[in-house]
Amino acid sequence: MSFVLEELLAVTIARLIRDPAAPPARHIAVGAASPIPAAACWLVAKQGAPVRLSLLHKRSGNPFTEGTRELFDLTGQGRIDLFFLGGGEIDGAANLNLIGTGEWPGTGVRFPGSFGSAFMYMMTNRTILFREEHSPRVLVDRVAHISAPGVSAPGVFRRGHAQALVTGRCVFRFHPERARFSLESLHPGESVDAIRAATGFDFDAADDVPQTTAPTDAELALLRGVVCDEMRETYPEFCARVFNRKSAA
Amino acid sequence: MTPMSLDAMAASVPDGALIAMPPDNSLPSVALAKALIRRGVRGLRLLGVPVGGFAADILIGAGCVVEVETSAVSLGEAGFAPRFSAAIRAGSIVMRDCTCPAVHTMLQAAEKGVPFMPLRGLIGSDILAHRPDWKVVPNPYGEPGDDIVLLPAISPDVAAFHAVMADEAGNVWVGRRRECATLAHASKRALVTVERVVPGNFLEDENLASGAISATYIEAVAIATRGARPAALLDEYGFDAAYVAEYARMARSEAGFQEWVAREVFSQAVAA
Repeated sequence: MSFVLEELLAVTIARLIRDPAAPPARHIAVGAASPIPAAACWLVAKQGAPVRLSLLHKRSGNPFTEGTRELFDLTGQGRIDLFFLGGGEIDGAANLNLIGTGEWPGTGVRFPGSFGSAFMYMMTNRTILFREEHSPRVLVDRVAHISAPGVSAPGVFRRGHAQALVTGRCVFRFHPERARFSLESLHPGESVDAIRAATGFDFDAADDVPQTTAPTDAELALLRGVVCDEMRETYPEFCARVFNRKSAA
Repeated sequence: MTPMSLDAMAASVPDGALIAMPPDNSLPSVALAKALIRRGVRGLRLLGVPVGGFAADILIGAGCVVEVETSAVSLGEAGFAPRFSAAIRAGSIVMRDCTCPAVHTMLQAAEKGVPFMPLRGLIGSDILAHRPDWKVVPNPYGEPGDDIVLLPAISPDVAAFHAVMADEAGNVWVGRRRECATLAHASKRALVTVERVVPGNFLEDENLASGAISATYIEAVAIATRGARPAALLDEYGFDAAYVAEYARMARSEAGFQEWVAREVFSQAVAA
């Protein structure tokens, strides 16, 4: 079955969530404006994994009854296993910049701000980084400002790190012990040379980097069916565009 | 409890006040923000709890704000907040960057009446490096080398948000949006706009009490129908994405913003 990039990305993130080598994902939180990570989480749930999903911006049936601080309180206790973060800039040591470019506080291009990243990145058991734009302006050698650090000095309290960085062109695996990414897989039509040219940071690559595994028919059927059903209230435009499902009148 | 007029409520906010507001997903009083622009308030210090949204951007664009303390200012799906971005570029506001749980923690310290509270994370972030008022200390209960950040209590002069309803006793009802309760508890004055005032007392009703904020914490209530719009209000009405998208387009330029304000703020002086 043919598929679009968003479907490939959702399936790829779902496989990272289920990665048996990673710490278990029993409770996953998804932040605002994250339709592809949300689709990946719903896919994992609909595949039968025993996972609790807390979607911050769900309007009806919002999971938090103690206010927006409840997510951070849960995470402070270590009760959020997996979270998603992105960044205006991401560098080769997995540092995230959501502040901006130029002088502090972002006198070049100002990004919206750091949200909960300076806390969540360090207190969640693992983080999947997601940024669809894969370009040298986003994937930089060194971020202009650190909203949230990719690794911490010995002794600093920290539960987890980035597991991987998923972009619109490839998947990088992160290695916190050496604070470096390695190229894990290439999306269709990509080459290692093309990824090097589009990436501002240096990374490791094996001689033979595999292709990102294409979605199966079963995964696509779930995404376009029951996953889309769950997502339409929060992401009507995404569902209409990607799954070709218009909102009910 | 007698509601005051929206304009009288706006007039009661002095120039230079530290005013705390929730963002678009969390019951902002856009009606009060527009009334503050009409009153011509100046010098506000804005605390976005924990981020700022549409109301923050229009107050910044209208020149009402000198300082912003928050974790982000964003229009969500409509993209970057255009007047906030322009103000940062121009250097016309002081920006004090936070991270979301830090805002909640500083308010919780004020709520408890203690001078500070600790928060994990943050160490290694440039946010901490730019906050001389945040202190790193050794965890007195931990192993050597286990440092932790202390955040000062913050008690806003004014908390402003929009509740679904108030009752005869002056209690207000916000459902599960309990961050508005923390905000009211921590602030010197809570000014609340509501859709309507209803008979009775929420605290006498077990089903309503848990979503209520006691009148103890509420200084004044004003009726502002659709007062959160374009933000959503629980299950009462949804987010008006088209309205925000049009704002985002027009407010890309100063002239476009002024045109928008003239049409949407000044020509719509609501009889309150």
